[in-house]
Amino acid sequence: MIAFLLKRIWQALIVMFVISILSFAIQDNLGDPLREMVGQSVSEAERQALRDELGLNDPFVAQYLRFAKNALQGDLGTSYFFKEPALDVILKKMPATIELVIFASIIIILFSVPLGVYSAIKPKSLGTKFIMGFSIVGISVPVFLTAIGLIYLFSIELGWMPSFGRGDTVVILGFWDSGLVTLDGLHHIILPGITLASIMLPLFIRLIRSEMMEVLQSEYVKFARARGLNLNRIYFLHALKNTMLPVITVGGVQIGTMVAYTILTETVFQWPGMGFLFLEAVNRVDTPLIVAYLIIVGAIFVVTNTVVDLIYGLVNPTVNLFKQAK
Amino acid sequence: MTKTTSASWLKSRWHLFKESYLFYSFRTDLVAMTSMAIFVLFVGSAILAPLISPYDPYDLASLDIMDSEIPPAWSEEGEDRFLLGTDAQGRDMLSSIFYGMRTSLLIGLCAVALQATLGIVFGLLAGYLGGRIDSFLMRSADVQLSFSTMMVAIVLLAIFQAAFGTERYNDMAILMLVMVIGIAEWPQYARTVRASVLAEQEKEYVDAARVLGYPTHRIMFRHILPNTLSPVMVISTVQVANAIMSEAALSFLGLGMPVTQPSLGSLISSGFEYIWSGSWWITVIPGVVLIILVLVINLLGDWLRDVLNPKLYKG
Repeated sequence: MIAFLLKRIWQALIVMFVISILSFAIQDNLGDPLREMVGQSVSEAERQALRDELGLNDPFVAQYLRFAKNALQGDLGTSYFFKEPALDVILKKMPATIELVIFASIIIILFSVPLGVYSAIKPKSLGTKFIMGFSIVGISVPVFLTAIGLIYLFSIELGWMPSFGRGDTVVILGFWDSGLVTLDGLHHIILPGITLASIMLPLFIRLIRSEMMEVLQSEYVKFARARGLNLNRIYFLHALKNTMLPVITVGGVQIGTMVAYTILTETVFQWPGMGFLFLEAVNRVDTPLIVAYLIIVGAIFVVTNTVVDLIYGLVNPTVNLFKQAK
Repeated sequence: MTKTTSASWLKSRWHLFKESYLFYSFRTDLVAMTSMAIFVLFVGSAILAPLISPYDPYDLASLDIMDSEIPPAWSEEGEDRFLLGTDAQGRDMLSSIFYGMRTSLLIGLCAVALQATLGIVFGLLAGYLGGRIDSFLMRSADVQLSFSTMMVAIVLLAIFQAAFGTERYNDMAILMLVMVIGIAEWPQYARTVRASVLAEQEKEYVDAARVLGYPTHRIMFRHILPNTLSPVMVISTVQVANAIMSEAALSFLGLGMPVTQPSLGSLISSGFEYIWSGSWWITVIPGVVLIILVLVINLLGDWLRDVLNPKLYKG
């Protein structure tokens, strides 16, 4: 177990290292920090002196080591636009994105499990045909069109829902700027939350259905049936447990994917989160902010993947941790 | 002489195809036939776009600002000249959609061709050669798959755009999109091909080829590859649908095709701000076309998977 843990952490560190080199290469090649600092009106000699002083003429490796040292201490540079440390700017926007992802995940779990199980138990029923039809249509609708459709229907035609922003937010726990505890905030999160959930929902319904159908064919379920156990007990206690194993792995990886799709969702709904901030930073060529976003999102990906692998190893007794650790 | 033999060869091939299970299940499946018909219609109108469009949407001189935001012909204020209405610059929507579909399909197909080439080559190498090459390629595939395509594509395109400047970027947008979508998804193919190669190379015909002394590349590409193609076909249909959707999403974010040379995604994006003023058709019509296009490809993929029933790599 310890060997497996160490191996996974070692892998995660390598991936983070590659991400940091890529981010640094971007910072090195994109935009000119001098122009951002002093403007156009400084002579060439002074520029060179300043370049030497800032260490911009040092070899790549020396510059990278300095960058990595600062990054490890939480210093990812200063945003050109906000004139604040890039990390602070991103962290301030992070609660909005995380709340959106959490809200969407709740919707996904609430709907995908019952619908997936139902369509596996009754594969020939009308309801299943409807669910499967819905899911293939759902897979084929790009997320920004879902968003536009929802805005058009609920905000423009019916006027029930706000189409942009987060609404009222309250600071809870001293640092977390939350929109989930106010009525107005909840009102604002519904449409973006549904939009984000709509990407993954069909996928999860299909996954749960196919895994569940496989489990229902297995010997132990047949045996439980033969013993005359209550059907609901078999489905939800015996079968569902083994269905959820692969769902955990896929689900964990999809959390990363959802972070990517927040860029799209947040843009359409002008949700003040990290994704929206990132696109703005790209348009302004705000290099430190771009780099900070890449490192933070990279870290989220790496951490979720590692944790999911570990949980999977712990939950699934058939995964031989020692064999994998070789 | 050669002409007649090739003709008869084609004829016998056609006969084989007509009698095949694939064609039989296609003929008896209404959903598959309808999807195919719509898909062929879309591809046809995309290829023939310069011939069948009533106007040339790239020709700025023909645009008249007085024609802007005319609703589709079936609504009250619509005009017969513009069947699907016009956009904010007075461009005919029908023509824009034909051309947009052309761009979207071109990018989707090229990107998938690139994915498939990379993935098949890497998958064959990994599966057949094994050892270090195998573990290196599959490790890279794992890492790449753990970052979603969308994320990688957005980041790469955003950086290219910032580095090159919007003007120059727009000139090479098609190439960039194909490269980014193509490179980001090769592991899908590589894993599946590798799994089939591992199963195939245990079989006797491969041993026979080895005993005959054929070189490795010949065994890989001439003997094993053809037997791994049915899962590749199934993945390819789904991947084309995904690539078209990714392209549309990237264009919607302003990282893809420019408005002057629109794909379906950039058409939707350019109409988005007008839905508040009631001009819904600029966004909705290209949106519906995009959904139908992706839907029929997905339905065809589903049908193909049911018929060929390959062992897909399960993550």
